[in-house]
Amino acid sequence: MTIGVKVMKRPETGVSYIRATLKGMSLTFRHLFRPTVTMQYPEERSAPEAERGAWTLSTRWRGTHRMLADEQGRSKCVACGLCPQVCPANCIKLVPGEDEEGNRYPLIYEIDEFRCVFCGYCQEVCPEEAIHVGVHYENAEYSRDRFVYDLERLSSQTHLVSTLWDPTDPKGE
Amino acid sequence: MIDLSWLTPELKGYLLASVIKMVVVFSIVMVAVAYSTLLERKVSAWMQYRIGPNRAGWGGLGQPIADGIKNIVKEETLPASANPVIFTLAPMIAFIPALTLSAVIPFAAPLPAFEFTLPLLGRFVHEGPVAMVVADLPVGFLFVLAISSLGVYGIALAGWSSNSKYSLLGGIRSSAQMISYEVAMGIALVPILLVSGNVSFGAIVAGQQHGAWYILPLGLSFLVYLISGFAETNRLPFDLPEAESELVAGYHSEYSAMKFSLFFIAEYANMLTISAMVTTLFFGGWDIPFTHWDEIPGWPQMLLTGAFFVAKVFFWLYFFMWIRWTLPRFRYDQLMSLGWKVLLPVALGYVMVVASTLYVADSWLGLAARPLARLLVLTAVSWSCLFVVIFALDRGAVISGADRELQLRRARIRDPVGAEG
Repeated sequence: MTIGVKVMKRPETGVSYIRATLKGMSLTFRHLFRPTVTMQYPEERSAPEAERGAWTLSTRWRGTHRMLADEQGRSKCVACGLCPQVCPANCIKLVPGEDEEGNRYPLIYEIDEFRCVFCGYCQEVCPEEAIHVGVHYENAEYSRDRFVYDLERLSSQTHLVSTLWDPTDPKGE
Repeated sequence: MIDLSWLTPELKGYLLASVIKMVVVFSIVMVAVAYSTLLERKVSAWMQYRIGPNRAGWGGLGQPIADGIKNIVKEETLPASANPVIFTLAPMIAFIPALTLSAVIPFAAPLPAFEFTLPLLGRFVHEGPVAMVVADLPVGFLFVLAISSLGVYGIALAGWSSNSKYSLLGGIRSSAQMISYEVAMGIALVPILLVSGNVSFGAIVAGQQHGAWYILPLGLSFLVYLISGFAETNRLPFDLPEAESELVAGYHSEYSAMKFSLFFIAEYANMLTISAMVTTLFFGGWDIPFTHWDEIPGWPQMLLTGAFFVAKVFFWLYFFMWIRWTLPRFRYDQLMSLGWKVLLPVALGYVMVVASTLYVADSWLGLAARPLARLLVLTAVSWSCLFVVIFALDRGAVISGADRELQLRRARIRDPVGAEG
């Protein structure tokens, strides 16, 4: 024999292959009638409120970003530069500006969602709680350049923001 | 004016009946094949708590049509190093025998003789009942064995002409497998010929209507035929020719679009044929059990027996799928040893047993004139044979309680000194 074929030693007694086959067939037959677990996705969606009883996204889900605004409707971002600094994927582009009163604000704030690895460091590092990763996953677009989210788009998102950790178990114990 | 005197009313009646039967059988087979792909996907889905295709049409019923359109519209690829002629020819070679077989299987009770006159076309006469089979071949049975062996050419040529190692391996496996199991399959059917004394399907069905379905007197034949049938159609647990996990897609790895689809249709048409064969040979064909009114030619009989036939075939189709989603694939050497070392000797021995039983029953016990007693003797012999074979296959245990020793061994491992008594 040119090729070594590994041959399993099958037990000579004490096994019934026919019985095993029949057992398997009765198992699969019983499974025919079990209720399905499929979620009909476009019609049924995961909702944070879990109304449909299907499944819900975790509040810790890290999806596409959202920029929060203050009471006057301005972006909370003060262009401190911590998020582009901490970003491991280098996907945040920030050009800071300054108004007459000396308040810093972002002239350009862009996140390339294709480069983003959704680690959530930007949210963690942000001193103003401005940039957040969101509980959101439906991001399809018709062109690639639509995936660079600018400040306006980030601010206009309305989905929930991630808690990053479980509020009932903040230390992850 | 062309002389049409050769076109007698009898010939016209025959042609009309044949053409209608051809069209009906061909369309039913094609639709059944298309919908058995849907059934396969639905059954697999239900067995896995899923829903299955449900987007196209009501409850997914449009799915086969959508698949068909997709496969026709898709781009056909031709591998650069493939042999273009054989590469194109192979799907046809696989496809044609698979469909041809549906011509010889009787699917319902015959219709009564007819005679009517149409304007312009003249008189149509059909003397004697119209058998519900496209071609009532006197050698029907041998025809099926011969043609079903041709399918392997398509698969082997597809594997070779693709010029891809996976395809070639698939083709080689398939030819080895189909040739091996063909032998056992053919021999397993010999007892049927011994009992019915005829090779035409019509006579075999008639024999079962007046005696018992051949599953009773020829149980072991049925078992061997069913197993070989799975191997012949390349279905799990014998799907080595396409073994996704080893050979990408086996012999049709390089095929796309409608060429691939033809292989797919051929596989399902073969399944359909094997199901119809099992039904016809062992489960009485279109016979409705315990009644005899269904043998008189007539429309209601035809429709009802047709429905019965479809139901039986459908059950065996489902059985194919049931097995597919239950059992894992054999290893190649296991497949070969099952075919040559188990099924072939069993089938051969069984032929001897049935032949001697019939000889003893007819010549010594004088049961030739008493078909019921003859059947009973054969049934008793047959089922003892089945028992012995299962006993041997199962290493000295028959179905129930055979894993007792395994449990004892497990118990010993858990409790080595027997402290629990």
